[in-house]
Amino acid sequence: MLTADRVSFAYRAGAPLVVNDASLTLAQGDLVGILGPNGSGKTTLLKMLSGTLTPTAGTITFDRRPLSGWTRRELARRIALVPQETHAPFDFTVLDIVLMGRFPHLGAFALEGPADLEIARQALASTGTSAFEDRPFATLSGGEKQRVVIASALAQSPELLLLDEPTASLDLGHQLDVQLLLHNLNSERGVTMVLSTHDLNLAAALCRHLILLRDGRVVAQGPTDEVLTPATVRALYGVDADVHRHAAAGHLTVTPIGRVR
Amino acid sequence: MPLIRKRLVLTLAGFGALLLAALVTGPLIGSTHISLGKVFDRSIPFADNADAQIFFIARLPRVLAAALVGASLAAAGVVFQALLRNPLATPDTLGVSSGAALGAMLAITFHIDFALGGIPSVPLASFAGSVGALGIVYALASARRRGLSTIVLLLAGVTMTAFFQALILFTQYLADFADTFRTVRWLMGTLDVGSYAPILAALPIVLLAFAMLATLPRSLDLISLGTDAAAARGVNVVAAERMALASASLATGAAVSLAGPVGFIGLVVPHLVRLVVGSDHRLVLPASALFGAAFLIGCDAIARTIWSSGELPVGIVTALIGGPFFLWLLVRK
Repeated sequence: MLTADRVSFAYRAGAPLVVNDASLTLAQGDLVGILGPNGSGKTTLLKMLSGTLTPTAGTITFDRRPLSGWTRRELARRIALVPQETHAPFDFTVLDIVLMGRFPHLGAFALEGPADLEIARQALASTGTSAFEDRPFATLSGGEKQRVVIASALAQSPELLLLDEPTASLDLGHQLDVQLLLHNLNSERGVTMVLSTHDLNLAAALCRHLILLRDGRVVAQGPTDEVLTPATVRALYGVDADVHRHAAAGHLTVTPIGRVR
Repeated sequence: MPLIRKRLVLTLAGFGALLLAALVTGPLIGSTHISLGKVFDRSIPFADNADAQIFFIARLPRVLAAALVGASLAAAGVVFQALLRNPLATPDTLGVSSGAALGAMLAITFHIDFALGGIPSVPLASFAGSVGALGIVYALASARRRGLSTIVLLLAGVTMTAFFQALILFTQYLADFADTFRTVRWLMGTLDVGSYAPILAALPIVLLAFAMLATLPRSLDLISLGTDAAAARGVNVVAAERMALASASLATGAAVSLAGPVGFIGLVVPHLVRLVVGSDHRLVLPASALFGAAFLIGCDAIARTIWSSGELPVGIVTALIGGPFFLWLLVRK
């Protein structure tokens, strides 16, 4: 579905490469996590995959066509991006925010019709946020906001959903809500997903494949069970950790032991 | 919540009716009482119809100028607030009206007297000043490769405003008493345009600005939530930001060159309108333009009548009404 072939990115000519020679392939239905320390290039890589940043070297191909050959609007009908945080400076209601996801499907002066409203309401329902429909977005809690923004991305009707640290700043309960929501969207609706995260246990529970980034380079990628090891955690974060399969949870869990001296 | 189409129709009808009412009653208000029946009484020749003369020659140009200026400043306020993602932005935040003011100050102080197609030098110099200010801010903000930086725009605007104010003070320092009086009066903002000519000159610029603005509202909704998110939704952010900056600045420049810097319209009107129609820019932008026009007609009617021995500059009235009102709006929540 999507292939990144040796992509690099620098914010200015001559500046250090934020992403350096990264390659990856996504197939329909994949659920991929990008792990890496702060500043390792996770967000930049996601933005390149969404087409909002253009690689300074290398090419990204979506549906057998280079991203440079797509218009912004065309691409937004197929790929949605959920940013790490969304701040609304005006009093938009939750429904206002979700309906904005219909933007790429409407003509320049077209207004949302009943069909668009129906899609927005389905997105609200599938994220468990229907009850907030008329509430001002700014009055929601962090977890509620995140689910509404995911609903807005779903209203784009994307085949590929990119999420930048979807559970950052959420409490444990809301983390699990978002985790379950993403799992269901992937398994029931077949939405292909790539998410970046600092939460190794979330990645272990949710993602079937992992891409490990350090200083903009891909240091490992592959099935979660093979890639997530004490050695890779140590290499990425400089932390000694215990990685083992949790009997009750049914997936790998990572317990940090101490900082590598 | 009903569909956007229905809300748009209701909004346009409601605020349109308000503006129509203001346009009809505005010219009837003044120190001399006139009757609408007599104004439109075709049996009396215009030369003998004092009511019609007052209506069409003395008051209507002023009311139309108020409508044009009010609509332009309110719409520009909406756009700057969305573009800068800051509800406190005004048409003056980026220094466009300070640039316009400097142009006018220079033309008055140095007696640059000429006319182009019937338009005197002061409004021309003022409009040139606003275009110059926009050009500088625009160049500064686009110096970075990827789009316009909100922080750079804001800081550049604040700095340019302070710089232009210093040049305005310097110009006033050089001026003699009579010129200083004129410049101070100009800075108060007045709608006493005298004839239809200045309005007709500003009209094409305002219409061009509004035609550009009409392409923007939905992009502004998305840009207000962040440029990266907007781009991922399919907005061509760089093009939309440039269009927004250019059109709002054109509208501001036309308004300021016509009436001087009339304050608070661009701040108060969009906030009032959002209380009624919500935050969707497809409603806020046209409603603000319509309500801004009606609001300034109302303020000017007060300015013309509140003081028995003369007319107040409308800028004083909008600030006296707008200031306390906006403070109330801030502490209300």
